[in-house]
Amino acid sequence: MTEVEAGAPVLVPPPPRGRFGAFGGQFVPETVMPALDELAAAAPAALADPGFQAELGRLLRTYAGRPTPTYFAERLTAHHGGAQLWLKREDLLHTGAHKLNNALGQVFLARRMGKRRIVAETGAGQHGVATATACARFDLPCVVYMGVEDMERQAMNVSRMRLLGATVEPVASGSATLKDATSAAIRDWTTHVADTHYVIGSVVGPHPYPWLVRTLQAVIGVEARRQMLAEAGGLPHTVVACVGGGSNAIGIFAGFLSDGGVRLLGVEAGGLGLASGHHAATLGAGRPGVLHGALSFLLQDADGQVQPTHSISAGLDYPGVGPEHSQLKASGRASYTAVEDRQALAAFHRCARLEGLLPALETAHALAAAGELAGTLPADARVLVSFSGRGDKDLDTVLAADAAGAGPDREGA
Amino acid sequence: MTAAGADRWRAALPAGGPVALVPYVMAGYPSPAATAACLLAAEAGGAGGVELGIPFSDPLADGPTIQLAGQLALRQGTTVATALAAVREARAGGLTIPLAVMSYLNPVLQYGAERFCQDAARSGVDGLLVPDLPADEAGEVAGAAAAAGLAYVAMVAPTSTAERIAGAVARATGFVYCVARVGTTGARDEVAPEALALLERVGRATGLPRVLGFGLSRRDHVTGLRGRAEGAVVASALLDRVAVAPDPVRAVREVVAELAGR
Repeated sequence: MTEVEAGAPVLVPPPPRGRFGAFGGQFVPETVMPALDELAAAAPAALADPGFQAELGRLLRTYAGRPTPTYFAERLTAHHGGAQLWLKREDLLHTGAHKLNNALGQVFLARRMGKRRIVAETGAGQHGVATATACARFDLPCVVYMGVEDMERQAMNVSRMRLLGATVEPVASGSATLKDATSAAIRDWTTHVADTHYVIGSVVGPHPYPWLVRTLQAVIGVEARRQMLAEAGGLPHTVVACVGGGSNAIGIFAGFLSDGGVRLLGVEAGGLGLASGHHAATLGAGRPGVLHGALSFLLQDADGQVQPTHSISAGLDYPGVGPEHSQLKASGRASYTAVEDRQALAAFHRCARLEGLLPALETAHALAAAGELAGTLPADARVLVSFSGRGDKDLDTVLAADAAGAGPDREGA
Repeated sequence: MTAAGADRWRAALPAGGPVALVPYVMAGYPSPAATAACLLAAEAGGAGGVELGIPFSDPLADGPTIQLAGQLALRQGTTVATALAAVREARAGGLTIPLAVMSYLNPVLQYGAERFCQDAARSGVDGLLVPDLPADEAGEVAGAAAAAGLAYVAMVAPTSTAERIAGAVARATGFVYCVARVGTTGARDEVAPEALALLERVGRATGLPRVLGFGLSRRDHVTGLRGRAEGAVVASALLDRVAVAPDPVRAVREVVAELAGR
């Protein structure tokens, strides 16, 4: 394997006018439009530059730890009694989740563009930690906006960001979660747009962000496809990934989009159940609308006001979703399902006890759906799961839920 | 197509005259029942035109004042329908100055852009302003506004290139909204030099009236624009005063009169 192959971005040209079918676009105040134009010109040029590719590839390999392995989860497979479960181990990436693929690439790009300051939003804190890490590495000041509710449930990641030199700005407006942190980050960017780059954390936002983040995360799917052929002996029947904004899902799906026989399954946060109204299943229960600069599925009321969401997982607790997911749903190329809090918790415990792996609660949603699917498939089928992050950050949440009676004994490990 | 709403706005913003004050009233703030009275108070105070904001859950272009006012208005049940009802009430009560609705895109889309513009025009609205709809994406909404006889108010900012200003003024009817500062709404002590530079650039690109907004808070901000802009929006500074006033409607009239030099 050459250095470039180890982590170089997969080049797909930006979609015309930033549209994924009917979705996407640029719905932002005029003040930031010139900066989006600048980014839309600079990003494809940088990503196509062999020097940039080689340097980013080297960083991803020697600093971030790419390629990450794809692992056969033998005991989980035996538990579900059907298809083989294979896990793409993004939890082994530096900082503990796939988020660094994007943050490292964007901060490196911002440096090349001459930007002197970075802002970001974070929900679970993983994107904030990844961005703070990249900013430490590239010596750029970093401000991370985070909802006060999320700061409480992800306190360890707040400390990590501060230790890395970032400023964490609490956001108390609205629902005080990822949606409001994103709005606050966009307002900061609007105010300091000349010298600041906004590192958005998912495949959301105005063009070119959904394309840029997809391009930087596609390495997950490209590696996983090669590894499935080499280690598992063939392509998967289905690729399963959790979807909040949807960056790990788009990243792993990107490697298999042109394999027509491979099914793609996105797993949203079902919270307390779709019927309860307390969930974040945007594609399952929303309809098209505009939030944070893009037209995509959105959880909103009849008057177009964005609705509050709920998930036990802070990283999935978002009322929007990336426009490419809306297009994949509309075209039928991918399908989407929802997993409730209690099912995700059960999958968390099962994975811990059977495989010695603590998954992020976001990842646990994908594991729950993948396990259920595997049980319906024959033993020679393969289900590939994006193991998007590790669960150390979620221990307080899991222990509190266990104490409240929603723990391992309810569904068994 | 030149819409009647656009003509009314142009007539209210004559070139070379004193700078018209265009206060911003948030629908449903401080209470839904007071919206029509606040619009009438703006005219009584000397406003040359008025902007009516429809609250949105996620207002990206707004600072804390308008964010908080919007959250309160939404909690009190404000919708597009109640906002348009308030316009009808104000027109029935004698409001004569032109009125532009300022709404983020999603409430317009969910109501249906065409239906929104038709219902707005029938309710007595003269123009539409969408702060998260740049000119590049505005074709459908601008078309719906024109078909309904509403002015479509395009926005330009200090960061806009000459090319982007040309694209925006090509979409605009009625007036061009010039954003005075790089950032979000909110009262400031000074008009930034970049605002005056922007007004000059827009003046070279179009004969449409220029209305400056974002950050204006004092009478001398308004008078200082004479010969440079035809109108001045005051939003957060007005809401800040209304928020602490015992009688909000009277406060609107008094603050507008003070800023308009009455």
